[in-house]
Amino acid sequence: MGARAFLVRGLLAGLLAGLVTFLVAHQVGEPQVEAAISLEESAAPAAADDGHSHSHDDEAAGGHSHGDEGGTEISRGTQRTWGLLTGSLAVGVALGGLVALVAAGTLGRLGRMLPGQSTALVALIGFVSVALVPFLKYPATPPAVGSGDTIGDRTGLYFGFLVVSVLAAVLATYGGLRLRERFGTYAGVVGGAAAYLLVVVVAGQLFATVNEVGDFPADTLWFFRRSSLITLATLWGVLGVVLTGLVSRLYAQETAVAQRRELAASL
Amino acid sequence: MSHPVAAPVTGAPALPVIPLRELAPWALFFGLLGTLILFFVSADQGAVSIPAGTAVHEWVHDARHLLGYPCH
Repeated sequence: MGARAFLVRGLLAGLLAGLVTFLVAHQVGEPQVEAAISLEESAAPAAADDGHSHSHDDEAAGGHSHGDEGGTEISRGTQRTWGLLTGSLAVGVALGGLVALVAAGTLGRLGRMLPGQSTALVALIGFVSVALVPFLKYPATPPAVGSGDTIGDRTGLYFGFLVVSVLAAVLATYGGLRLRERFGTYAGVVGGAAAYLLVVVVAGQLFATVNEVGDFPADTLWFFRRSSLITLATLWGVLGVVLTGLVSRLYAQETAVAQRRELAASL
Repeated sequence: MSHPVAAPVTGAPALPVIPLRELAPWALFFGLLGTLILFFVSADQGAVSIPAGTAVHEWVHDARHLLGYPCH
């Protein structure tokens, strides 16, 4: 088992994960994106008719920063099909490669875990630290929520928190392994998880809150966020399951070959 | 199952380990490449624009929203 073997399997698992993610996002997520955009578009002409009194509020609510209005180069029809497919596949393949290389690095270094087990753990920790926890602090927002003026701040906060979460996960895993050597698996798992939770909860309190929802309907917002979380879970879930399966199969094959060689040598 | 198998009593088989020296170039190159791809889907032409314009942003617009990245 080498770096190349892991990378190839990661890219393959990522490609499949991206494809399934596209299908799920298209079926589950796109109706919510469309609902948000139709709200945005119905709000925009109303503001124009009203004259001056509400235009500032609507501007602040983030009505006009969306790509669908003014200078649009790509139609909604393309965005929700080919655009979504491109994004899903690109993220799937890139994440697949990254997760596979991390799994390759942790191979045989996570206690007595077999290759499939350590790969599954890497995917699980990846989902929690890269997708789930950042989502809980800075949840996805539909089109029409979020002011274009604050995109710089929000991007910085989101990726800053993402970095904190990933670093905390790496250090907590390492610390958990050291604890496990001295005090056993129970202490290692509990200690590692507790350390990670402590860091992200404290960081979550320290990082600024982003709330630009305004009077956007709560049900549409929740439906969108739920569909976004389903999309993320699909991406990581398919990636983790497929990569774990491929790595386990490779390990089983190599073990079988080694055993046959040993048997042949002993004859 | 009735007869005793030559069980692996000799201790667990050695787990495969990839030496870090062998892994490092792969991790560096593909780590950078993967990060670059993630950047274009997740953040380009939002807070930072390479290249200027909105075409990349609009093309991956729906994926960016649904994957939870700040879009606009």
